[in-house]
Amino acid sequence: MRNPQLNSHGELQHLLTIDGLPREILAAILDTAAPFTEVAEREVKKLPLLRGKSVFNLFFENSTRTRTTFEIAAKRLSADVINLNISTSSTAKGETLLDTVDNLCAMQADMFVVRHAASGAPFLIAQHLAAMGLEHIHVINAGDGRHAHPTQGLLDMYTIRHYKKDFTGLTVAIIGDLLHSRVARSQIHALTALGVPELRVIGPKTLIPTDVAQLGVRVFHDMRAGLKDVDVVMMLRLQNERMQGALLPSPQEFFKYYGLTADKLECARPDAIVMHPGPMNRGVEIDSAVADGPHAVILPQVTFGIAVRMAVMSMLAGN
Amino acid sequence: MKIHIKNGRLIDPAAGIDAQKDLFLAAGKVAGIGTAPDGFAANRIIDASGLVVCPGLIDLAARLREPGFEYRATLESEMAAAVAGGVTSLACPPDTDPPLDEPGLVEMLKHRARHPNFAHVYPVGALTVGLAGERLTEMAELHEAGCVAFGQAHLPVTDTRVLMRAMQYAATFDFPVWLQAQDPFLGQDGVAHDGEVATRLGLAGIPVSAETIALSTILQLARDTGVRIHVTRISSAAALDMIVAARASGIGVSCDVSVNHLHLSDADIGYFDPHANLVPPLRSGPDRDALRRGLAEGTVNALCSDHTPVDDDAKQLPFAEAEAGATGLELLLPLTLKWAAEMQLPLARALARITSDAARILGLAAGVLAPGAAADVCIFDPRGSLKVTRESLRSQGKNTPFLGRELPGRVRYTLLDGHVAYENGR
Repeated sequence: MRNPQLNSHGELQHLLTIDGLPREILAAILDTAAPFTEVAEREVKKLPLLRGKSVFNLFFENSTRTRTTFEIAAKRLSADVINLNISTSSTAKGETLLDTVDNLCAMQADMFVVRHAASGAPFLIAQHLAAMGLEHIHVINAGDGRHAHPTQGLLDMYTIRHYKKDFTGLTVAIIGDLLHSRVARSQIHALTALGVPELRVIGPKTLIPTDVAQLGVRVFHDMRAGLKDVDVVMMLRLQNERMQGALLPSPQEFFKYYGLTADKLECARPDAIVMHPGPMNRGVEIDSAVADGPHAVILPQVTFGIAVRMAVMSMLAGN
Repeated sequence: MKIHIKNGRLIDPAAGIDAQKDLFLAAGKVAGIGTAPDGFAANRIIDASGLVVCPGLIDLAARLREPGFEYRATLESEMAAAVAGGVTSLACPPDTDPPLDEPGLVEMLKHRARHPNFAHVYPVGALTVGLAGERLTEMAELHEAGCVAFGQAHLPVTDTRVLMRAMQYAATFDFPVWLQAQDPFLGQDGVAHDGEVATRLGLAGIPVSAETIALSTILQLARDTGVRIHVTRISSAAALDMIVAARASGIGVSCDVSVNHLHLSDADIGYFDPHANLVPPLRSGPDRDALRRGLAEGTVNALCSDHTPVDDDAKQLPFAEAEAGATGLELLLPLTLKWAAEMQLPLARALARITSDAARILGLAAGVLAPGAAADVCIFDPRGSLKVTRESLRSQGKNTPFLGRELPGRVRYTLLDGHVAYENGR
């Protein structure tokens, strides 16, 4: 079974997941992103790489931040951007996912940026495009269910490389709700592919997925032990609906044992960086003193996110 | 009509026959084996040189989708699939719409299925009204209408008191109860085996304990009520171990496995193939291997297709949103042969699991070729093959994880009550 996101030359046709992508492709995306960070500092923040191309932001699940950064990235590459908030339009009228896609293909789309609540939805779209002979249309996964959020994973790698230069000597910890997190899965695949020797996940057993160790991580349930000598602390968002009930007793207890505080952060290396994919729940997974403190690189993550998305879009359009 | 099937390799697992023997059929029955009965003058001779002649296959689970889901399949389309697959008898689960919980529905189904080219249909009646797990159905009336057993398809009876009462009531009349073991709470929202694959793909998991907890309840209530219990579609090594242990402790329990679970594991979900969305979920490789061994040894009593035609609109969806199930009537024989070859089993032993052993679970005097038995016969070419494509499948359901595969064995003739119902692709 060929990896559906690579074309017959082994080049990136779609970006659906980081799982299974070779290190060279990941490094190439990060390298391509680097000059794009400077575009934002110019007076005219535009490059012509996607001029005349139509990028459809296909959001079946609400998102402001991710959709906006994709929109900015596409516009800086001179693409025409069409935003579709489908959770409130077609599917409510009973149209299937693939019917929606067929209609947009008929509008001469060049690229779909897809967010969907169901794991694998972007794969279904990519497989459908292949079956229809529409291989020139590219798909970027902007988050599918619990499965993957590859551009978030890549922008996190860009951020780590920016601050830490080399991956091969790092100890990294991912903390919180791994069970429901597509971000964590993409981070894990990216970090292992880039050669991070010590990758840890920290959380209560209710939020750690079954057999996650087989993805190449060490599991910790004691946050201080897990944070010991860590170079990079990657916090995850805890969704409101998970905070009470059968997964966790209360946000307060979660914060006490798994929230990142200055006190717990002292277990990490003195030059550790703290990351968060946003939006943050202050006082639930992270204390404001840390979120706004000297270790935090949370806002640079957002800035780098635009450059990384520009890199992905320009690479796909070029393949 | 008298038919002489000559030069074939006759395999009758129940009688322990695997030899070059002619078969003689008359008046819808087996009239003789090896030598023609006195004065036998055949109206038709079928040359079975190089072919295997065996009892017609018996499928313990085939959804015909009537009533209620005619847009997915009809009796006509699925009966064509059955005879093309060599299946001459099938049990259909009660999860139609409405479910098979009233005698009138069962009578209608039996009536609709009465056709010389249609396989014999044995409905499994609903154990509870609407399969809702709350009130008992009129089991005795349903039995009179033609139900051979009572079950819930893959739906649970959550209230254990209702489950016990249902078993007691069925045991009153010595009706068998067929149940699938999946705890509704641990299985809630889950779509894949809870393991590395589900974790990697971000699919909500169903732990093995969802099966073993429900199975434990079923086995303990079966022991207490003395009901004849058959556990359908087991999926894990742990469940099989429990069934073996239950038998050792004196509980009479049989079980079956589907062709999908015999050959596939959660790894076959691949890149979210919705055809691999099944109930119960495909489990790990070691689970599958335990089921393969169990079926070979006979601790798993029978193999079935778990035939579930699903229309494209309900399948071409993201994995978790796609409707579960796979078409299978035409794959029952090929996947049995594939398993037998891979396990290096004698053909007779493999075929027993889809003929005589399945008949025993249904309580039928079928699945044998003894003189006097119904002349339900499958004649297949063991060296032939079936390329599984949308075009080659007669079932209206084109949904199977085996699409695109080339499988061993090709049915050449299917005979129902001594009448040729299928012949070389027609």
